[in-house]
Amino acid sequence: MSTTRTSSAGSATPGLPPVLHLRGIGKQFTAVRALHDVEFRLFAGEVHGLMGQNGAGKSTLIKVLTGVFPADRGEMRLSGELISPANPHDAQLLGISTVYQEVNLCPNLSVAENIFAGRYPRRGGRGLWRIDWPRMARLAKERLARLNLDIDVTRSLSSYSVAVQQMVAIARALSVQARVLVLDEPTSSLDDDEVQRLFSVLRQLRSEGLAILFVTHFLDQVFAIADRITVLRNGERVGEYLTPELQPQALVAAMIGRELDTTSVARAAAATEAQAEQAPLLRATAVARRGQLLATDLTLRPAEIVGLGGLLGSGRTELARLLFGLDRVDSGALEIQGEAIALDHPAQAIRRGLAMCPEDRKFEGIVPELSLRENIILALQARLGIWHFLSRARQEEIATRFLRVLDIRAGDIESPISQLSGGNQQKALLARWLATEPRVLILDEPTRGIDVAAKQEIMNEIMTLARQGMAVLFISSEFEEVVRVSDRIAVMRDRRKVGELPGGSSTEDVCQMIAATS
Amino acid sequence: MADQAVATGVALPERRLASYLKSNIREYGMLLSLVAIMAFFQIVTDGTLFKPLNLTNLVLQNSYIVIMALGMLLVIVSGHIDLSVGSVAGFIGALAAVLIVRFELNFVLAMAICLLTGAAIGAAQGYFVAFFRIPAFIVTLAGMLVFKGLALAILQGQSIGPFPQSFQLLSSGFIPDQFNGTDLRLTSLFLGIIAAVALMVMDFRLRRNQFEHGMDEEPYSLFIIKNLVFAGAIIFLSYLLASYKGLPNVLVIMFVLMLLYDFGTRRTTIGRRIYALGGNEKAARLSGIKTERLTFYTFINMGVLAALAGLVFAARLNTATPKAGLGFELDVIAACFIGGASAAGGVGKVTGAVIGAFVMGVMNNGMSILGIGIDYQQVIKGLVLLAAVFVDVYNKNK
Repeated sequence: MSTTRTSSAGSATPGLPPVLHLRGIGKQFTAVRALHDVEFRLFAGEVHGLMGQNGAGKSTLIKVLTGVFPADRGEMRLSGELISPANPHDAQLLGISTVYQEVNLCPNLSVAENIFAGRYPRRGGRGLWRIDWPRMARLAKERLARLNLDIDVTRSLSSYSVAVQQMVAIARALSVQARVLVLDEPTSSLDDDEVQRLFSVLRQLRSEGLAILFVTHFLDQVFAIADRITVLRNGERVGEYLTPELQPQALVAAMIGRELDTTSVARAAAATEAQAEQAPLLRATAVARRGQLLATDLTLRPAEIVGLGGLLGSGRTELARLLFGLDRVDSGALEIQGEAIALDHPAQAIRRGLAMCPEDRKFEGIVPELSLRENIILALQARLGIWHFLSRARQEEIATRFLRVLDIRAGDIESPISQLSGGNQQKALLARWLATEPRVLILDEPTRGIDVAAKQEIMNEIMTLARQGMAVLFISSEFEEVVRVSDRIAVMRDRRKVGELPGGSSTEDVCQMIAATS
Repeated sequence: MADQAVATGVALPERRLASYLKSNIREYGMLLSLVAIMAFFQIVTDGTLFKPLNLTNLVLQNSYIVIMALGMLLVIVSGHIDLSVGSVAGFIGALAAVLIVRFELNFVLAMAICLLTGAAIGAAQGYFVAFFRIPAFIVTLAGMLVFKGLALAILQGQSIGPFPQSFQLLSSGFIPDQFNGTDLRLTSLFLGIIAAVALMVMDFRLRRNQFEHGMDEEPYSLFIIKNLVFAGAIIFLSYLLASYKGLPNVLVIMFVLMLLYDFGTRRTTIGRRIYALGGNEKAARLSGIKTERLTFYTFINMGVLAALAGLVFAARLNTATPKAGLGFELDVIAACFIGGASAAGGVGKVTGAVIGAFVMGVMNNGMSILGIGIDYQQVIKGLVLLAAVFVDVYNKNK
């Protein structure tokens, strides 16, 4: 690639040396070269996006930077001084604060306790071991005020939304005199409003002179907030770019190392007309569940992809759970292939040809200790019942076939699924459901947290399946993805469906529909 | 260059062997430590451990622990625990005594009633755990108190015995000899040899199957050695037993159950579902597995096995006492964890649990021969449990 270049001259902060400068960083795991000769610069008062596919080395770089493990070679300078943090705490003392991808907080404790966990303000004099609760609450409030957050810090953390929890995590990280703030995918579970709120906080911190390293999978977000972008690929640095000078296509090309195939995704809207004639595979009439979903209608026909457009918390996942029998409906009717049915266990839905890839891969998807083969055949075996046992040869045949069809990269089918990368785990879960040969496939965020190439492969696979007659309900937070693949878009807001849009609508149409109805 | 190539070519199989051993250290380590413990006690007891009489005792003493460990393993793999098994075993023993001795019921009928009662007890506890999601620790702690109390109640605080001869055979009976051997029970020896050969054939077939599917099989040398040692050990032990009174009936029951559960957990749908349930309950449920019902079944199974263990124990003592079953649950749970089961669920093997039970059993037996008091026996057993799990966790983190 000829895109490799550094922009030292004409940078956002000319003249000033970088706060953090990593040079020639290399890291080798037993068989894998995770990082090779990576340079990385971070200036004061900038938000620096770190981009790359899964396995590009982003996480490894951050772990080296924050002292989780040492680099094999290379040097790290913070404000010109050579550093080698021995552990995250050490890094924090040096001024490098990190908020990890999973929120590492205790939801059962109060907000204030979370911010000061391990270093509670004590009462002097009468007893050093006594926590000074009023002072802790006051200090916690101050910390949060810096992030424009005004909440009751004595309430338990679990009573707040994920976005607020994320802010608390940042407040906790910032409570030492930080010079560098590392955010590892902070937005993956936030909706648009919450992201905007986070960004305004980041902008403020940036104006205070903090150097912020921002890791994300979302292209639009990195363009919205980052001043500078570094791209990694296969453990090497592809380049460092100033955001205004970088086109989105160029960024994607740098990340995946090839041009993105955008033509394969356009579907003809005309097909929808013909589909309207066909008998629906699934029809939900005014299904509702208290506290989760208001009366909603939805119809799925054969060979149709229906997208669910809506923000986080708009009732998308709740609807999917009702359709799949994970939760019971309070009112309304459900029909599968013309048969009225009250589902109270997923097994019933599966027997009738439904399949559902859950939103949370780690907690609802994989069984980490079992092999890839056993994970793939899990749902099929459950559908067949206890007495209809799949022979070992048949199991291997199924697993091997999906390994090939979905291009799952794994040593062999007997290796534990936990050893696979996120994208490959997601494909294995897709394989689990395709093995049941479903007529209706519900996909809840099938592309969350996986790299661009795997995302593309999964989307293509979904469209191929739909063409073969499967009905697909596609849920994604990324509207662009939804409008690109869907024949029909059901738009949701505030726990109910507010309308439907035909295929070929734009993201703006979806946003308008969400915004319009009040 | 040539030298180098030759050198690496020679080093390769050795390195493969080493790396294989390293990645499967858990499996072999368990077995090796059992062998080491046996060897240690054989030496310090001046050869008493492997005397035919003592070996027979060892098997009899351990049988009920092994039987319960099979059920406990499933409960632990599914992510739960059962503290009530000792009390249940004691209660069932008492029930058997009342039915057989006091009411003079036919012993087969009585045993059937006892096993059904065990199933009912397991079902009752499993019902609360599976369908009401009350933590198994609490439900079975309650069960432990309830059945300990009920055992006392139906025995009215006294011991009941002796049992008729026919019922005693369950524990103290031996495989009858068809060859009229006096010094050596040939039937028993032949049974041992048949078992050894059968296991070898099964292992060969498994290996061939793995080879056909291009899977990572163990190095040939190791495979051969393992099989020869295994077969040798089985034949040797059955020879020792045959030179006393032959194979105890309960050993045969135990062995058959062990094979059944080993196959069940590795190969059958319901077995693998229990692992899926323990590994990730949400994913299992979402995949269409009726997780509540499966949990319910594992507790019923546990209840039946606890009942069987209670019968075996009562038959062995030839009396039902209010103290029967006291503390069994600790040995049973310890056996599973020594055998490599994870308290978080989803991990554990039947063979591991059986080996774990024998580790505990050999230590009990060896220390008793040495005259170590019950006080220090418990201290040592506790430390061994901790050490086994520590080594396990340490290896995993490394």
